[in-house]
Amino acid sequence: MIRVELPPHLRILARVAGEVELHVEGSVTQRSVLDALEAAYPMLRGTIRDHVTQQRRPFLRFFACAQDLSHESPDAPLPDAVAMGIEPFLVMGAIAGG
Amino acid sequence: MSGVRVLVGTRKGAFILTSDGRRAEWDITGPHFAGWEVYHLKGSPVDPNRLYASQSSGWFGQMIQRSDDGGRTWEPVSNQFTYDGAPGTHQWYDGTQHPWEFARVWHLEPSLTDPETVYAGVEDAALFRSADGGQTWQELSGLREASGHLWQPGAGGMCLHTIVLDPRHAGRIFVAISAAGVFRTDDGGTTWRPVNRGLRSDYIPDPVADIGHCVHSVAMHPSRPDVLFMQKHWDIMRSDDAGDSWHEVSGNLPSDFGFPIAVHAHEPETIYVVPITSDSEHYPPDAKLRVYRSRTGGDEWEALTDGLPQSDCYVNVLRDALAVDTLDACGVYFGTTGGQVYASADAGDSWAAIVRDLPAVLSVEVQTLP
Repeated sequence: MIRVELPPHLRILARVAGEVELHVEGSVTQRSVLDALEAAYPMLRGTIRDHVTQQRRPFLRFFACAQDLSHESPDAPLPDAVAMGIEPFLVMGAIAGG
Repeated sequence: MSGVRVLVGTRKGAFILTSDGRRAEWDITGPHFAGWEVYHLKGSPVDPNRLYASQSSGWFGQMIQRSDDGGRTWEPVSNQFTYDGAPGTHQWYDGTQHPWEFARVWHLEPSLTDPETVYAGVEDAALFRSADGGQTWQELSGLREASGHLWQPGAGGMCLHTIVLDPRHAGRIFVAISAAGVFRTDDGGTTWRPVNRGLRSDYIPDPVADIGHCVHSVAMHPSRPDVLFMQKHWDIMRSDDAGDSWHEVSGNLPSDFGFPIAVHAHEPETIYVVPITSDSEHYPPDAKLRVYRSRTGGDEWEALTDGLPQSDCYVNVLRDALAVDTLDACGVYFGTTGGQVYASADAGDSWAAIVRDLPAVLSVEVQTLP
């Protein structure tokens, strides 16, 4: 199982508490994880990445294993610890300041 | 006894205020969608329990929420607003062409006849329609095709913020865009034309151009759909021929700058505005919060002050934050950027805050319940 941690607003929107667990077929990448997330929680479509371009929304970041993966290719494999369910894939709202 | 439901959109969520027909005591629920901007929410005139809400965030983008129980529970519906075909470009602040980019939904206008049909006015300016309760959205792209390359944003973005459905002429819709002007379709949204003749805006190169006027709000009384009232960036305007021509009715107002305009529910010649000092000072003249009422369809205005702060008041009232109920006497409601919602149960003669200290109010809509 892949573990995904969502920011509080998206947990409320998806009506989940705590982490989300997802089954991902094949290679574990940002794209396959987000595909599985949006399939399980359709209300999240468009909130993390654009409907059409599939690009990450500018004020969101993707972290895992103490690394910022936001600028990695969406098709790059995620760290083994994420693929094995040891570490969560974190979707973070960027700090806005002010 | 009939009742009233006031739908309030704010910078940090939505609030719903309800009262019986006396409109003296209010129950408040919310925040719904806490922490999100709620630009607008509105109920279907056919089914008052069917509500639509525009929920947005700089982080997570746009959501549309739908309720079938008057706002007790909500269900997210589609947030996919995809411009029809190649989006093209519009004018940018520096005069160059800029690609059309969806930002948010400013206004939701449910159909007068079908609770499943709802229109959405969006930024960058375009009109969308859903015929399945918000599950899918289609752009009425004839609006942008007519003249969209000439439109340009105002300081608040290039938004389609006003949608007025004509109850008598099937297929006639008016929309207003900042800073482009008013547009009308007579065929249900396939073809559109600008209806801005008579507007004069000294802040654009040609003050009487067809396109480029910063219209802030347009209101109509359903019994006289050919008569329109407009609060423009500056000037209160009136049309008696469905927008084909406009003339100014600012009259004796202390300032004719402002954002909202509304029509009394039972008196089509009685209209309301909330003057703001200027385009650079978005607060009431003399720091006195005054609603102005004209019982003559404009030109002659009286200040309504009873119950409103008359000193040290520096709030604004935004374009969608003034509304009326249809009880007798007509109730009038408005919300401020200071978080107050004021209500009058006597057509504006006296006012009281029905809630204070909300986040900045973006919109106020009122439903009169059976």
